[in-house]
Amino acid sequence: MIEFHNVSKVYPNGTRGLNNINLTIHQGEMVVIVGLSGAGKSTLLRSINRLHDITEGDIQINGQSITEASGSGLRRIRRGIGMIFQSFNLVKRSTVLRNVLSGRVGHHSTLRTVLGMFPAEDTELAMDALERVNIRDKAYSRADQLSGGQQQRVSIARALAQQPQIILADEPVASLDPLTTRQVMDDLQRINRDLNITTIINLHFIDLARQYATRIIGLRAGEVVFDGTPEEATDEVFSHIYGRSIHRDEVLGDHPPGEDIVTVIPDPAPARTDGVKS
Amino acid sequence: MKAATIEAPQRYKRYLTWIFFVVLIVVCAIQTDVTPYQLIVGLPQMGTLLAEMVPPDWSYLPTIWKPMVETIQIALVGTMLGGILAIPFALLCAYNVMPNRTVSVPVRLILNLVRTVPDLLFAAIFVAIFGIGPFAGMLAIMFFSFGLIAKLTFEAIESIDPGPLEAMTAVGANKIQLIVFGVLPQAMPHYMSYLLYAFEVNVRAASVLGLVGAGGIGLLLDRSLGLFRYDRAAIIILLTLVIVLVIDYGSTVLRRKLL
Repeated sequence: MIEFHNVSKVYPNGTRGLNNINLTIHQGEMVVIVGLSGAGKSTLLRSINRLHDITEGDIQINGQSITEASGSGLRRIRRGIGMIFQSFNLVKRSTVLRNVLSGRVGHHSTLRTVLGMFPAEDTELAMDALERVNIRDKAYSRADQLSGGQQQRVSIARALAQQPQIILADEPVASLDPLTTRQVMDDLQRINRDLNITTIINLHFIDLARQYATRIIGLRAGEVVFDGTPEEATDEVFSHIYGRSIHRDEVLGDHPPGEDIVTVIPDPAPARTDGVKS
Repeated sequence: MKAATIEAPQRYKRYLTWIFFVVLIVVCAIQTDVTPYQLIVGLPQMGTLLAEMVPPDWSYLPTIWKPMVETIQIALVGTMLGGILAIPFALLCAYNVMPNRTVSVPVRLILNLVRTVPDLLFAAIFVAIFGIGPFAGMLAIMFFSFGLIAKLTFEAIESIDPGPLEAMTAVGANKIQLIVFGVLPQAMPHYMSYLLYAFEVNVRAASVLGLVGAGGIGLLLDRSLGLFRYDRAAIIILLTLVIVLVIDYGSTVLRRKLL
């Protein structure tokens, strides 16, 4: 369970990144956070494992305050939270397996990990994690030999190797093509369901949010302006979150048959031809 | 109109810069008596010297072989020790690894200080402390390569992709684990390349260390020149040239494979 109590973040230049956030996210939820860029999605997500510090309030992970944690206590909380990034953040010159094993370092002594002496169970765990995202056969390839989608799956495997209770994904599909996007989202959904890992994802595609989330949180100017089920998140709600009509580039398109298509309200501004993804 | 008024002073500035440099060079040349006249007067002397170098004294080769190997050994050991010493210092210097400026700024200061001392001065100092011999030369090479490699490496470390560091922080790694899993794999090829480059430079540097008594082939070169045995000096220079060329070639091939 993740609890936000009156969380605010003010940047040194006075900008309010987050404004009095109160949220409770339960174990096993698949939460998608939506909002315009600059609305505070990334700040919110990164405050959960304290890659970003907050200036007011408290965040508790399973009853432990990460806001007050430091040193080994902080690292102990962090190792229970996997994180997936837009740019994958793999060490490109290292092998896939070593990248995945790097997710285990929080569980062992410094000396042991520095010498690369991971126990056999860890290697097995890493291989299982790779199996779960269907790239076990790439274990001994160098990470930079893989395609973008494969690299993102390696980073999911790295997060899985942590055996986390929570996975955070910051725009995990923003640099992938639509087909790979669905594969990666499917992986995340399957992991969420099979392992009951709380998954929190920042997305800017409205249709993806509706399709995969069990709960959608809308952020606008650092405040929660919507919190509900995907069914409740209508086009009007999205317009409210965004403070304007929905643009075509906020819809991934390429829907599986039978899915609802988001109504795109034409932009009154000059015709857009760039953002259409198919 | 506005664009023209902005461009004019820029061109003016460029001309001034050129004039400044030309004046600077001419003034320096006059002050230090660097004139074409000197060159013309010296040319016949150069011809005599070259004539005396030919033919090189091939029989001297067995004598210089051992000091030549010693020169390479001095360079090798000095580069390795300096290179190893450079790693922790480079890590302490890099702002992305050591955001705490109270550590990184003083360490940078030490590095800058080390790099202001030329290798021959280091050698002279260590000869004064430890006496004449290759040990002083090795120390000189070690400090020289330490300064060089540490500086280049910390700049390479600062230019690595910050993504993996963020990822390692997120998995709960401590500082040392972050360095081993996030920094070293990214910085290692650069470091190896600098190490090889330093070795190249050091073989050349080590071959003149003997001039101040710090071991290696330089001692024999100094002696040959002092005794006007230019035929012997020629063979020393030739052998040094061959060795340096071979090492340069080898290290270039290796470095290309690394990056």
